[in-house]
Amino acid sequence: MTPFVAYAIAAFASTVALFALWHSFKGFRFSNPLFYGVAATEVLLVVAGVGALFVGGNQGDPILFWSYYVTTLIIAPAAVVWGIGDKTRWGTGVVAIAMLTVAVLSIRLMQIWQGHG
Amino acid sequence: MAETQAGFGRVLVAIYAVFAISATARSLYQLLSKFDVAPVAYGLSALSGVVYIVATWALATDRRPMAWIAVGFEAAGVLIIGLVTMVNPDLLGDETVWSRFGAGYGYVPLVLPFLGLAWLVKTGRTRASASLNEPEAI
Repeated sequence: MTPFVAYAIAAFASTVALFALWHSFKGFRFSNPLFYGVAATEVLLVVAGVGALFVGGNQGDPILFWSYYVTTLIIAPAAVVWGIGDKTRWGTGVVAIAMLTVAVLSIRLMQIWQGHG
Repeated sequence: MAETQAGFGRVLVAIYAVFAISATARSLYQLLSKFDVAPVAYGLSALSGVVYIVATWALATDRRPMAWIAVGFEAAGVLIIGLVTMVNPDLLGDETVWSRFGAGYGYVPLVLPFLGLAWLVKTGRTRASASLNEPEAI
């Protein structure tokens, strides 16, 4: 989980969060492009996880790192399930919050990886 | 359908769920790996995590009295521990969710309970007036 990977994921997740926020302000329902954005964030996270598993170089506590990683991975699907249950602007608001959380957790993952747990 | 299943309540539940998971998981890790360093701080974090879980569950299932107690507890906790750690930063030994009014978590722990209380007041009022104005379903 190098800084480049972490910041790239954080930037991408933040962009998807802004996109979701835009949906929310406009009162749009959960759309296909938004779904692809969330799915792409999830793919990036999986790739980063596989990379972390095989490349190595973790300076921090592995238990802490992987428990944070699993939590980060669960947030997006949970937000989609909880978000599409409400077909109003608030449903996409949930997705915006979730993507911001993923962005923050991505930075946290990097800090743990560097040993600043 | 419970009111927390719709509108802003849905966002509120989502944020509470995030804090329920993160505060509980982090404090469990701290309690298991370094309990001796700051037992009071980690114990407090664990307590706040459990109350976040109760608040999330109560809000999501529209159990209002329990939601009032849990969210009110969070509000009191962040104000008291926030004040204490401002006056004496080293008292608890390590950071908690509530330390320095939740600064370590972007002040979300400070804003969230009051958002929750405001929402409980607002939806409580509309529900009370709705039940007065609308006759029972026939």
